[in-house]
Amino acid sequence: MGRPPSPFGTMIKYEPKALHVIGGKPTDRPDAIDKVTGRARYAADINLPGQLFGKVLRSPHAHANILSIDVSAAEKLPGVKAVVTRDDFPDMEVEYAASGELMINFKDVTRNMMAREKVLYDGHPVAAVAATSEAIAKKALKLIKVEYEVLPHVINVVEAMQPGAPVLHDDMFTRGVEPKPEKPSNVALRMTSKLGDVEAGFKKADVIIEREYNTAATHQGYIEPHASVAHYTDGGVAEVWTATQGHFVFRAQIAKLLKMDISKVKVTPCELGGGFGGKNNVYLEPLAVKLSQKSRRPVKMVMTRDEVFRASGPTSGTNVKVKMGATKDGKITAAFAEMNYQAGAFAGSSLGLAAITVFTRYDLENVLVVGHDVVCNRPKVAAYRAPGAPMIAFGVEGVVDELAEALKIDPIEFRLRNAAKEGTQTHFGPKLARIGYIETLERAKQLDHLKIPLGPNQGRGVATGFWFTLGMETSATININEDGTASVIFGTVDVTGGMRSAFSMIVAEELGITADKVRAIPSDTSVLGFNFMTAGSRGTTAGSMAVVKATRNAIARMCEIAARKWGVDQDQVVFENGHCRPAGSNVGDFEPLSVPALAKEASYYGGTIAGHAEINVVNQGPGFGTHVVDVEVDRQTGAVKVLRYSIVQDAGKAVFPDFVKGQWHGAAAQGIGMALNEEYLYNDKGQMINAGFLDYRIPVASDLPYLHAEIVEVPNPNHPYGVRGVGEVPIIPPIAAIANAIYDATGVRVYEQPFSPPRILAALDAVAPKMAAE
Amino acid sequence: MARHHVNCTINGDHVDYLCDTSQSLLDVLRDELELTGTKEGCATGDCGACSVIVDGVLVCSCLAMGAEMNGKSIETVEGMASGNELHPLQRHFIDKIALQCGICTPGLLMASRKLLERNPDPSEEEIRFWLAGNLCRCTGYNNIVDAVKAAAAEMRGA
Ligand code: FES
Ligand code: FES
Repeated sequence: MGRPPSPFGTMIKYEPKALHVIGGKPTDRPDAIDKVTGRARYAADINLPGQLFGKVLRSPHAHANILSIDVSAAEKLPGVKAVVTRDDFPDMEVEYAASGELMINFKDVTRNMMAREKVLYDGHPVAAVAATSEAIAKKALKLIKVEYEVLPHVINVVEAMQPGAPVLHDDMFTRGVEPKPEKPSNVALRMTSKLGDVEAGFKKADVIIEREYNTAATHQGYIEPHASVAHYTDGGVAEVWTATQGHFVFRAQIAKLLKMDISKVKVTPCELGGGFGGKNNVYLEPLAVKLSQKSRRPVKMVMTRDEVFRASGPTSGTNVKVKMGATKDGKITAAFAEMNYQAGAFAGSSLGLAAITVFTRYDLENVLVVGHDVVCNRPKVAAYRAPGAPMIAFGVEGVVDELAEALKIDPIEFRLRNAAKEGTQTHFGPKLARIGYIETLERAKQLDHLKIPLGPNQGRGVATGFWFTLGMETSATININEDGTASVIFGTVDVTGGMRSAFSMIVAEELGITADKVRAIPSDTSVLGFNFMTAGSRGTTAGSMAVVKATRNAIARMCEIAARKWGVDQDQVVFENGHCRPAGSNVGDFEPLSVPALAKEASYYGGTIAGHAEINVVNQGPGFGTHVVDVEVDRQTGAVKVLRYSIVQDAGKAVFPDFVKGQWHGAAAQGIGMALNEEYLYNDKGQMINAGFLDYRIPVASDLPYLHAEIVEVPNPNHPYGVRGVGEVPIIPPIAAIANAIYDATGVRVYEQPFSPPRILAALDAVAPKMAAE
Repeated sequence: MARHHVNCTINGDHVDYLCDTSQSLLDVLRDELELTGTKEGCATGDCGACSVIVDGVLVCSCLAMGAEMNGKSIETVEGMASGNELHPLQRHFIDKIALQCGICTPGLLMASRKLLERNPDPSEEEIRFWLAGNLCRCTGYNNIVDAVKAAAAEMRGA
C-alpha cells in the first residue's frame, strides 16, 4: 500500500489450460507430518547452547510520563547478564515503511518496542532483562525502579476525539485538515474519498437509512505466543529465529532500529503458530538482539499470554456512521460512511484499508467516505485478517439489509441489483477487473441452507465481503536436482502450511511431474532477495507468481541443454508435458528429453539447472464472498447460538481446494467469535481486565456448528493460473450476517458488537414494552 | 530453590530429571527434557495446547507440577506414532486438513486419543464437547471433528 503500483511490476496474464495437479490434493502435505509428531520447530522450540532468558518489564499504567528508570539493583542480581532500557536504543526520525497491510513509522516503532518519554498503554515495555533462568529474570524485573507521573488516559475512540481529551502525543496535529490545527489532538489523520455527488444521490433516493455502529477491539488470538531467539556474535552479526509473517521485513526493521547493516542481520522464520496479521510487527526481536549483544550470549524471549493480549495485536475498535439511499426499484443512489478507527497508542490504524473495502461490493455513482485515525491508550493496533473490514462491513451490510427490508426486496436480490462487476468504478481510484461477486451471490441463492425452515426465535442473515489481494516484492529460486526432482525455495512465510503444498503443486504442474517430486522449502533471509511479508492474502498468489517465473526460467535452461545436445537453436526446442521436444518435425527426429534426463545431462551441457525470479507483483484480482447464517436467540439469557453457516467465495482458482475451505472455516470462526463475544475490556485505570483465554473467550469446538464452504472460481485475470487471495475475505461478513440474522430472529437490530448476552438482553428489553404495547 | 530428583516414565522410557519446585510438567518437558512437541499457549490451563496423558488421565501439563511426577507414566505427542507408523488420528488429521499452523495439534491429538479410548464411536456433539478445552484458531474445528470421526471408524474397524 502507500504508493501507486509500479509501472515495472509483474503481471502474468491468466493462461486457461487443462490442469493435472492444481485443483487436486497433494499426497502428503509437506509440513504436516512433523506437526502431528511434535517435530515441527516453532520459535519457542529453538534453544541455543548457553542461552539466557529474556523478560520484559511492562507499564502498569495506561498513560504516564517516565521520570526515571533505575536498573542498578537488577543488574547486581546474580545471574542477570544484561538489562536494556530506552537508553540502549537510538531514537528514530519520522520515517514510514510498509509492514503487512499497515504503514509503520520508525519513530513510533522504537517507542512501541521500548517506551521513551512516556508509557502509552498498560503493557508498554519499559525495560528488559536477560538472565540465566526465567525465574531470575522475573526477579530482576521486580528490582527495576521506574518512577512514573501518571496522566489521565483515554480508551474509547469517540472520547479520544473530543476536545479536552487527554492528548497522547504533543506533536500530533491532525493531518489532512487545512489549515493545520492549532492544537495537538488524538486525531492523527482525517481522510476523505469521494465519487460523484452524494447530496444529489440522496435526493434521488426513495428510502434513506442512516445508522451508527460501534465495535470493540479484538485480538488475532493465535495460539502461539510471540517468541524469539537472538544470537549476536562477536563478529557483529545478529541471527534471529522468530515467530514472524515476514522475515525480510523483520530483518530490515531490526537493522534499522539497532543501526546495523541489513547484511549483518539474518532472520530465520520458524514454523508459525498462527499470525493472522498479528505477527507483522517486531516486538521482542530488537530487544533480544540488544540483550544478546550486551550479554554476549544467545537470548530467548517468549511472551506470556497476558503479554500477548496487553501488548500485541489487536485490531481497531471503531465507531462508524453509515448512510445509504435507494430508489423504490432497489438501486442504491448514494452511500456515505464516517469511520472513526482506533489506532492504539501510535498513529496508523486499518482506516486506509477500511476506506478501500467499505462500499467495494457495490456499483455506486455517489460515494463519500470520511475517516479519522485516532490514537488512544491501548496497544498499537496490528493487522488482523482483512484489517478494518469486518467492522465497516457490519455497518454497511446492516444498512443494506435495512434498505432491502424497507423496499421489500430479498437481501441477495438487492445486492445483485447493485453488485460490483468488471468495470465498476471504485471511489478510491481503480476500476475493478473481472471479479466474481455476482457469481457468489448467485451460488448462495442455490444453497440448500436457504431451504431449511426456521423455528421460533431463529433467524437468517446474509452479508458479503470484499478484499483485495496484495502483490509486492516476491522472490523464489528453483533447483532441478541431479535426479530430476525439484527444490523450490520461497521467501514468503508459510503461515498455515498450505503454501508448501501449493507451491509444490504449481511447480509440478509447470514441469509436468508429480507434486511429490517437488519440495518447497521456506527460506531464511540469506538465500533470496527481499520478500514482502505474508499479508494481504498475497502469500500463495504473489508467491506463486515468483515460483512460476523461476520455474519458467529453469525450463528455458532445460531447453538450452536440449538444444546444445541436439545441436539446434534454442528456439527450436519446446517444453511440453514434462519433456523438451523439437519444436517441429523440420527440426530433426530427436527423442524427447524428460526432466530427469535433462538433469543428468546438465553438467556436461553447461551446469546445474536452476531458475530464479525477483519480482514486484502488481494488480492482483480481489476476492468476494457471500455468507449466510442461521442463529437462534435465547430470550431468557440473551445467548445467540449459530445453528448453520455457509460460506461462498470466489477463489479464482483453488490450488488445493480442501485447504482453501479449511482457511475459510477458520476465518468464519474468527468472525463468529468477534460477533458473539470477543472484546477488549478495561477497568477505570485503563488496564485490560480480560488478558487471558479464560476471560477473552475465543470460540471452542462446542460453540460452533459445522461450517459449510463452497468454492466459486472466476479466474484472476492477472495470474497465470487465475489464483486469487483467499484468506481474508471470509472474516469480513460474519459480524454483519449474524447481526442481520439476530434481527430476523427477534425483530431487534443490534448496533454494537459483540452481541454478548447482556447486550442482547438489553436490546430485547429496550423494545419489549413497545412490542407488548403493539 | 529446592531441586527435586524425579523418576518417571515418558512414552515408555524411564527418565529421571532434576527440577525446581516452581516448574510445571510442561516446563520440564520442554526446557529440561527438550520434548518440545508439547506446546504452551497460555500456561494457565485455558488452551489445551499442553495436553498430555499422565497415568491414563488427560491433563494440562502447564498445571501439573514437574516435582510431582515421581513414579508416574507420562505420554506425549512424541510417543504417539509407533516408529514410522503414524497413529490413525495423526494420519486422519493430515488427511482431513485438521491442522493448519499446527500449534494446537499435539494437544488436540492427545485429547482426541483419550476420547477414543473412552468412547470408540463418539457423535459430533460428543467430540465437540470433549475437545472444548482445546483451542484452535485456524481451522474452525470442522476438519478436526471429521478427522476424529474418521480415525474412530478406522480404529473400530468400521
Ligand atoms: S498451555 Fe496449558 S492449557 Fe494452555
Ligand atoms: S491449526 Fe493453528 S491453532 Fe489449530
